[in-house]
Amino acid sequence: MLVLTRKLKEAIQIGDDIEVVVLAIDGDQVKLGIRAPKHIDVHRKEIYLAIQQENNAASLASMTSLQQLSHRLKKGGEENER
Amino acid sequence: MNIETKYHGTIELSDMAIVSFENGLPGFEHEKQFALLPIHDSPFTILQSVQNKDVAFVMIEPFSYFPTYEVELDDATCEQLNIQAENDVALYVILTVAEPFTNTTANLQAPIVINVHERIGKQVILTNTPYKTKHRLFPETVEAK
Repeated sequence: MLVLTRKLKEAIQIGDDIEVVVLAIDGDQVKLGIRAPKHIDVHRKEIYLAIQQENNAASLASMTSLQQLSHRLKKGGEENER
Repeated sequence: MNIETKYHGTIELSDMAIVSFENGLPGFEHEKQFALLPIHDSPFTILQSVQNKDVAFVMIEPFSYFPTYEVELDDATCEQLNIQAENDVALYVILTVAEPFTNTTANLQAPIVINVHERIGKQVILTNTPYKTKHRLFPETVEAK
């Protein structure tokens, strides 16, 4: 991993079109500004990991549970029409 | 062409029925082509990888199950998917079907957004949103909120 030390308002340039700026430092919190082209998705790491993890869990549904769920949803729909 | 699917057996698929996900889905970055396969007589649509039989996601249209659910697509997403108008868009959420199935949750934080006219799609990770990856489909089974 490349490690760089930056001060407030200083920036890092990544490639031709991605810029990361240190906007504020407050105790153990750092506020970063990221300028990147629109086709580059930028996410908080833990959120991206949570989505990955959820997708992995979601890909494991069995046909049996799916049938049970489908049955329940249909039943529920008939019993309490909104 | 014929593809093998997780829930529908082997089916014939026209190229016109394939939706491209340029970057795959988080956790499934190499799966870039999917088919949308409704399950007969159910509210589910399966997002089935064309390349990999075992990669399939159970989706629902969220608005009848989560009536207050709202999604605002940002400019970057609209640009990536070339969305011009609301009727370009089909929106689904992925279910994590649990056992027992009453614990099934919906991922409202990262809906599947598809430009139905251009057949391109993306799992959009919403930012600054109250929605999470797990919203129960059957909240009545929770004792305390």
